[in-house]
Amino acid sequence: MESHSDATMALAGLPIGAAAVVESVEAGSPVSRRLLDLGFVPGTPVRALRRAPLGDPTLYELRGTQLCLRRTEAARVRVRPVSAGVRP
Amino acid sequence: MSPAAPAALPGEAPDAFAAPATADARALRVGLLGSPNSGKTTLFNALTGLRARVGNYPGVTVERREGEAEVDGRRLVVIDLPGTYSLEPISPDEAVVARVLAGDVPGVPAPDAVLVTADACSLERSLLFVGQVLRLGLPTCLAVTMTDELHARGGRLDLARLSAALGVPVVGVVGHRGLGVAELRRLLAHPERWSRPVVPPPADVGARAGWADSVTARALPARPAPDRRTARIDAVVLHPLWGTLLFAAVMVVFFQLIFAWAEPAMNAIEAAVSSAQGATREALPRGLLADFLANGLLAGVGSVVVFLPQILILFGVLYLLEDLGYMARAAFVVDRAMGRIGLEGRAFVALLSSYACAVPGIMATRTIPSPRNRLVTILVAPLMTCSARLPVYALLIGAFVPARAVWGPIGLRGLVLLGLYVLGAATAVAAAAVLKRTLVPGEGLPFYLELPPYRVPPLRLWLLQVWSAARAFLRRAGTIILVVSIVLWGLLSFPRVEAPSGASESEAARLAVERSAAGRLGRAIEPAIAPLGFDWKIGVGLVASLAAREVIVATLAQVYAISGDDEGSLRDAIRADRDPRTGRPLFTPATVAALLVFFVFALQCTSTLAVMRRETNSWRWPAFAFGYLFVLAWSASFLAHRLVGWIAA
Repeated sequence: MESHSDATMALAGLPIGAAAVVESVEAGSPVSRRLLDLGFVPGTPVRALRRAPLGDPTLYELRGTQLCLRRTEAARVRVRPVSAGVRP
Repeated sequence: MSPAAPAALPGEAPDAFAAPATADARALRVGLLGSPNSGKTTLFNALTGLRARVGNYPGVTVERREGEAEVDGRRLVVIDLPGTYSLEPISPDEAVVARVLAGDVPGVPAPDAVLVTADACSLERSLLFVGQVLRLGLPTCLAVTMTDELHARGGRLDLARLSAALGVPVVGVVGHRGLGVAELRRLLAHPERWSRPVVPPPADVGARAGWADSVTARALPARPAPDRRTARIDAVVLHPLWGTLLFAAVMVVFFQLIFAWAEPAMNAIEAAVSSAQGATREALPRGLLADFLANGLLAGVGSVVVFLPQILILFGVLYLLEDLGYMARAAFVVDRAMGRIGLEGRAFVALLSSYACAVPGIMATRTIPSPRNRLVTILVAPLMTCSARLPVYALLIGAFVPARAVWGPIGLRGLVLLGLYVLGAATAVAAAAVLKRTLVPGEGLPFYLELPPYRVPPLRLWLLQVWSAARAFLRRAGTIILVVSIVLWGLLSFPRVEAPSGASESEAARLAVERSAAGRLGRAIEPAIAPLGFDWKIGVGLVASLAAREVIVATLAQVYAISGDDEGSLRDAIRADRDPRTGRPLFTPATVAALLVFFVFALQCTSTLAVMRRETNSWRWPAFAFGYLFVLAWSASFLAHRLVGWIAA
């Protein structure tokens, strides 16, 4: 069983290997609009796969694709971590 | 849907297109849309074969490609629109897609129908974009690509259900094997028969995601398993240690290929041109015609063709790495370092190539998705020390820097050479940071990069891409290079001078240059370059080196009446040359330092300018690059002259 924790966090802070569900995207800017179009839509499961050797960007898996975001962009996405255990 | 079109764009005619595109108004125009990595290019090539025309959209650095096909006696024009994840543009370059669809681009009639590609393995993401396209209200059909990969990963796709859920025709295709392409062609011929969605997908992206999820659930009775092959390869390729080592190894081999392995072919081309020149001179009587054919035309053609080995190798490797999926990984590995200077991972490859030559380097920027980052990369690429500077450095360092050991095997000459490389690279980094902040203001575009699954590119598609890049270079940049080298030949050859009888051949050549238009130009610019310690002879060399940097060596040899390719005696001649007014050596340490520094910065290269023009579709950027690099070259050269003069005194 998955259980959703109450706390949200920035996607940029999601540890590697952890899964989460997109809660919201910081509103208003063209950057945010593009993040939504890329699939970071509230309710979407996302997983942090791997960080680049130099520490940034980070590779995420969502909606059947693997996408890297830099820390600055990933900071605009709020996620609710899914507690470890069964993967969605 | 708000396709926010920018207010004004220069009214340039979209070259090479205007006439044929409007000639047959009855042709059916189909816009090909899709996200990057969705198999759009493969499908375009499968539909249109070799009949693609390439150009630029007016006012932006976006490549325009159209191809033709004939189905059921109807002529199809397929417009390959730039790959995009969204129809809501966040930059003028992205706006091109929305503007073409709206018929808003002068000279580009709006498409009658739309073909959109979607990757079967990431349908839930692809459908977000497909939903946006469906809201346009144009007749639309969907090509689901990579169905072979889906099956290999145990997924099953129900095309009929997908079509029913979307309300538009759907065809499954495997572009490189041609599967489904015939069916798709037949379908494309009759957009008037296509079904249309009863209700368009939701406008709000959140609601559209829900719609995409429900369509996916209906269309995919079995979801694909995770791509284990890609995951296994990535465990090594993206590993902090192995990934970094692999990146370094790939870049070393890549650089070696362009820098060293292109050389035999380039030497062979140069030898062929030179023997053709020799044959021309022998076959024709001495005079203007022979001189024009040998030193104007053949030399000009040679200076175009000589780039081909590098360009073929560059694009061969580049497209191979791109299509395999490695370029995106390389960009991921190195992105942080490039991000520091305001660029992105893929700029690394372009800047690295520029060490061999800025021409392939600038062409390599095509793989940079952000147009703004691409432009900045193009503008700083000429600062990387290209191989054409080496003959100039070798001449000056060899003549004026003593071969003294500094520490063990490391000598002073080597250190000076290294210093010139470092100076160029450091300036490129600084210039990139400055240009990024000043030149294209506004909020930065977001950085995002999809890592596609590893795929083996079909040989035919790979060859096609490499060939079309080489052809584009020959047609668009080659013509400019040819014209300029002939003009420079004219400047160096007119007005004609009769050598006094009894003058040696090298003496006659010296006189011809001195009295030529270029010689006069050299004298005319003398006041401007005198503060750098340059006299008119260096001035002629600088004028002539606009054709290519290394030409200054041959021109100086001519000015100093050196016969043949005797670099040793040229070295002696410039060492011995004295200022007629002061009687002191002309090439002082200060002047040599100034000249070396000048060549680090100045954009003395028509080919680079021509390629910039071709890649940015405007003379504005090459003019800007030439200007800022000239100002930089003059100022730095002046400083170097003063500084070295002061130290030497």
